[in-house]
Amino acid sequence: MELINQHTKKIMEGCKQRAADAGLRFEKETLEYLVTNRDLLELTPKLMIPTLYDYWVHEVEVLKEKGRYELYPNNPYETVINTRPAISYYNDNNPDWMNVMIFYHVLAHIDFFQNNLYFRHTWDYDFTGQALSDKRMIAQLRSEKGRWVDYVIEFARSIDNLVGFHAELGRLSRAPETSRSRMLDYYFDRFLQTVRMVKTGEYIKEIERYNACRRESPELGEQAFFAEVFRKYPEFDSLYKKSLETKPASRQDLMQFILQHSEFLNKERNRWMKPVVEVVRKTTLFFQPQIRTKIMNEGWASYWHEQLFLKDDRICGHEVDFSRTHAGVTAMPRVGLNPYALGMRMFQYIADQGDTGRHTPEFRKLTDAWEREHYDRHTGGGRNLLFKVRENLNDFLFVNTFVDQDFVNRFRLFVAGRRLNPAKGVWEIYVKSRSAEDYRAMLLDGLYHPPCIEIDQPKTGNGNLCLVHRFEGKPLVREFIANTLLGIEYLWGKPVQLETSEIVRAGPAPGPAVLPGMQMSLSEERKQREMKWQRVRYTMQDRKLTREVL
Amino acid sequence: MTTSSKVRAEQEAKIRRELEAGGSHEVPDPRAGLEAFGRDIYAYHDLDVLQRLVAMQGSAGANIRSIDELLDRDRQREQDGFPRKISVGRLIKPGKRGKEKVVIVPTTVEEKLLHDTSFRSEEERSHGGSGEGEEGEVIGEQPVREEEQPGAAGPGQGEGGPHEMESNAYDLGRILTEKFKLPNLKDKGKKRSLTRYTYDLTDLHRGFGQLLDKKATLRKILETNLHLGNIPDVGHIDPSRFLVAPDDKVYRVLSPEKDYESQALVFFLRDYSGSMEGQSTVLVVSQHVMIYSWLVYQYAMQVETRFILHDTQAKEVPDFYTYYNSKVAGGTQVSSAYTLVNEIVERENLARDYNIYVFHGTDGDDWDHDGTQCIPQLKKMLSYANRVGITIAQHAHEEGPRTEVEKYIRQSGLLEDKPKLLRLDAMREDADEPRLIEGIKTLIAD
Repeated sequence: MELINQHTKKIMEGCKQRAADAGLRFEKETLEYLVTNRDLLELTPKLMIPTLYDYWVHEVEVLKEKGRYELYPNNPYETVINTRPAISYYNDNNPDWMNVMIFYHVLAHIDFFQNNLYFRHTWDYDFTGQALSDKRMIAQLRSEKGRWVDYVIEFARSIDNLVGFHAELGRLSRAPETSRSRMLDYYFDRFLQTVRMVKTGEYIKEIERYNACRRESPELGEQAFFAEVFRKYPEFDSLYKKSLETKPASRQDLMQFILQHSEFLNKERNRWMKPVVEVVRKTTLFFQPQIRTKIMNEGWASYWHEQLFLKDDRICGHEVDFSRTHAGVTAMPRVGLNPYALGMRMFQYIADQGDTGRHTPEFRKLTDAWEREHYDRHTGGGRNLLFKVRENLNDFLFVNTFVDQDFVNRFRLFVAGRRLNPAKGVWEIYVKSRSAEDYRAMLLDGLYHPPCIEIDQPKTGNGNLCLVHRFEGKPLVREFIANTLLGIEYLWGKPVQLETSEIVRAGPAPGPAVLPGMQMSLSEERKQREMKWQRVRYTMQDRKLTREVL
Repeated sequence: MTTSSKVRAEQEAKIRRELEAGGSHEVPDPRAGLEAFGRDIYAYHDLDVLQRLVAMQGSAGANIRSIDELLDRDRQREQDGFPRKISVGRLIKPGKRGKEKVVIVPTTVEEKLLHDTSFRSEEERSHGGSGEGEEGEVIGEQPVREEEQPGAAGPGQGEGGPHEMESNAYDLGRILTEKFKLPNLKDKGKKRSLTRYTYDLTDLHRGFGQLLDKKATLRKILETNLHLGNIPDVGHIDPSRFLVAPDDKVYRVLSPEKDYESQALVFFLRDYSGSMEGQSTVLVVSQHVMIYSWLVYQYAMQVETRFILHDTQAKEVPDFYTYYNSKVAGGTQVSSAYTLVNEIVERENLARDYNIYVFHGTDGDDWDHDGTQCIPQLKKMLSYANRVGITIAQHAHEEGPRTEVEKYIRQSGLLEDKPKLLRLDAMREDADEPRLIEGIKTLIAD
């Protein structure tokens, strides 16, 4: 791995200038390295972070077919990594014009990393530096504890997808404490909503009554307001006092919970394991936002490399080369999804929406088709809207907000399905739906979404760790449960239970007519079978797994 | 309906299904269908898309070097009370479409709590698309092969495929032997000489040659000098007084040596009838890959293989690729395969020169349901074979504990008569890898 030469670096600096002029914001310093295949061989298992800790699984071919992208919250083959300074990797024989295109792509990625709020927790430190010190720490431990370090890494990694990424973000961007009275907060935030469970109308009435009291007398208004409350709800006073005594339960993810509460880890001789678990947790947190902004990130980079390249005066004469490469990257496939293509079109669409003022409620209220089609307020707010979207959304919100029928129609998108044609013995790919709703659902369904596994605190009281999988219409991969729970049991030091939902298998199916060369019977039978779900509880005790139906 | 007539009726239904189903056994065309179909958004990455830098995989060779360490680690895991993590015998396809290579590497999987989406059938799934077409309009077709072929579950194929297979099979065999403690073969029949030669510097030659044999030369010089009377006191030899004749120099020269290694000939028989569709074929073939590898290791690469496929008729195919990838279709006559093996052995007089192994994989269906044609052929085969191993991958939906083949072989009493020669292993078609290896142990153990 070596740095790019001065000539290429100068091109990069020129790109930075132009990108900054166009409104992208990123730190000035960046590092660009040339990589050979040999370097990549070493880098890819380490997710392109040269200083990541060593772990034996990195050296083995890992089977990934099953849940490949669910398993790893990161893409191991990025060109640019989110460090300070940002590091990017290049093939050593790229022509200059191509480097210009890639530089713009990379700069847009860096802009995204450094401005999108889902990356907030990675802004204040350099991950490579941190990783290096962690790597040394783990190497040191390994020399003392041997293979047990690897077991701890393994077990920590087995739950690293359950990390509380959003809680972590929430901690960083918590609203400032209000100076209002806590009684007021309790009344409106909890009492009315969770204790009384009043209807919305009633809730709003209460707010209005409070405002009226305040208007009447700014000082004594609150007192007057609560006098009424005490009369109406005699139990309020005692409930409020009780609420003051109980501390609000902080939401911890499984790894944090184990780190804090596991008797096993907190024993003197096992304390060394805790920093190892923390390293794994930090690493996964670092990668979380990348997979949750894949469409946006690639779309944003593609949008900008196109915009900026075409305006770059240095590469005149390479328009055709560029167009070819660019089309290869961002052409919409006939079937299948390409995040570059989709994301770029979404940003183009958003820019248009902003320029014509179509993202406003005024436009949304329009029902007349002709008016909708010819709506243009010439607001010119496209650029502004783009940057706002880049700052505040992730893939879910992005797709959910901007994939509408106009978008689907404009780019002639559809949901493709596959069905068997038994006569010809082929799968037919057909246009299943052109409705935005279906297209959106299809996109959302494909997004990274790890299962939500929470700790049942009341049941966890007696030493057992009780985990509850929140049912979202999908079961867990069953083969993986045993070994994952085994790892959790090791770190927890006591039995672990997991409550989850599984499909009730209808009794042995009547011998399906198996026709060679087709699976017709199987899928048909499956279609007919109604999905029935049941809650089951797995218990891992002394490294033995048992299962009971609840 | 009585039980037997019910059985007969099921039998007939099965036969009819296989007959009517048609189909053919061609090796599927590896041509890629609609390229991006089913590729999800996370499969794209900058290195590939922008710079055409392919994500690298360590070569199988490099992986094998650290395999000992890995296996040690795996054994240690077991001692520490954790389940083993390394699996082998997986065949992966690195590289781009159409240029896949068959490699066998140790693999592992990192288990986590994940959502399982496979409970939904293919037809319920949705994919992205763009372009023209009315709702409901068919815009493309894909061959069904991916779902029914073992090819999809493992080996891909491209240039150099079969060769690659060979060199890695040895390593896989070693891993299987060491990791799963598969038994080593007893040295049998090293006496049979083969028409193969290895070359070694074994012959002596006076005057000139490739390598000076110092000890022999010295002895020769001593002899010459004794004859010349140049050594007055044998108890006190002074080499500096030696007279050395050119002929005294003894050299070694390259010479052909007969090889006495024992050699194995393995017949792999696969039922590729219509009923073998799906998992049972995958199971049978992956087990055969492993057995093959184990034998390659045991016989230090001196293994010859013959591949035979059968439905109602048996045919020999030239290589493992065809053996592995041929599509299932047609009916089932187990005896046809056994007959063919017997014919080949007789015709080529193979029993004299080889240790012969026969491995047969089937789902246990046979139109010849009481084995009247099959058993005599099997008996004949047992007269010369070192081991006949039959694997039955029973369909998961099949009721009753035993399949036809299993039934008639057990009834014949051959398993008890010749326990050293005939082995049978029946498993469900959804068996996992450890079960598969357990099966191999049953088939090959002494």
